Amino acid sequence: MDALERIKQQVTDNPVMLYMKGSPDFPQCGFSARTVGALKSCGVPFGYINIYEDEEVYRALPKFANWPTFPQLYVKGELIGGCDITLDLFQSGELQKMLEEASSQSQTN
Amino acid sequence: MSAHRIALIEAALRAALSPTELTVRDDSHLHAGHAGAQSGRGHFHVTLTSAAFVGLTPIARHRAVYAALGDLMDTDIHALSMRLQTP
Repeated sequence: MDALERIKQQVTDNPVMLYMKGSPDFPQCGFSARTVGALKSCGVPFGYINIYEDEEVYRALPKFANWPTFPQLYVKGELIGGCDITLDLFQSGELQKMLEEASSQSQTN
Repeated sequence: MSAHRIALIEAALRAALSPTELTVRDDSHLHAGHAGAQSGRGHFHVTLTSAAFVGLTPIARHRAVYAALGDLMDTDIHALSMRLQTP
C-alpha cells in the first residue's frame, strides 16, 4: 500500500488520529507535546503515528493535507489543524465535544 | 539572517493578505538543538489581522497564510505559530 493509501486508511480507521513527532509519552517537538497534552486532557482514545518512524508518510502527508507542518490532528477523517488550532479548540471546550462525538459514533457503527 | 527572514515573511504576507496588523517574531532560539532546527530553517510566530479572514474557518485562515508564504515554507520556515484575527 502506498503512503497516501496508508494515510487514508489510518484516518478512516481512527476517528481521532494524530500525526506527530515522537510518541504521546515521548514527544520530540514542543508543538507535538502541547497538542498531545490537549488530547490526553480530553480523555478520549486516539490513534497516533510517529512520523519519524514512517518516512513515506512524513513526506506524503503535507501534500495529502495541503498543510505543510506537524503535528496534524484528524477527526473523522478530516484535518482539524495543527497545534494552534487544536489548543484554541481545547481552550474553548470545543475539542472535548468533537472528540467525544467522533469516538461515540465510531463505537455505535 | 533573522531580520532578513522576518522581512521576507512580512513582505509575502502584506502582498497577499493586506493586513491591518502584522507582527512576525523569530522564536528559533527557543528551539535550537532540536531535530527540526537542523535543517537551518526557523521557527516563527505571526500575529496577523486581515479582512481577508472574514468568514474563513481557522483551518482556512492558516491555509491562506501557508499559501501566501509559498516557497518560504520549504526554504526558510520550519514551524509557524499563528494568531489570525479579523478587524
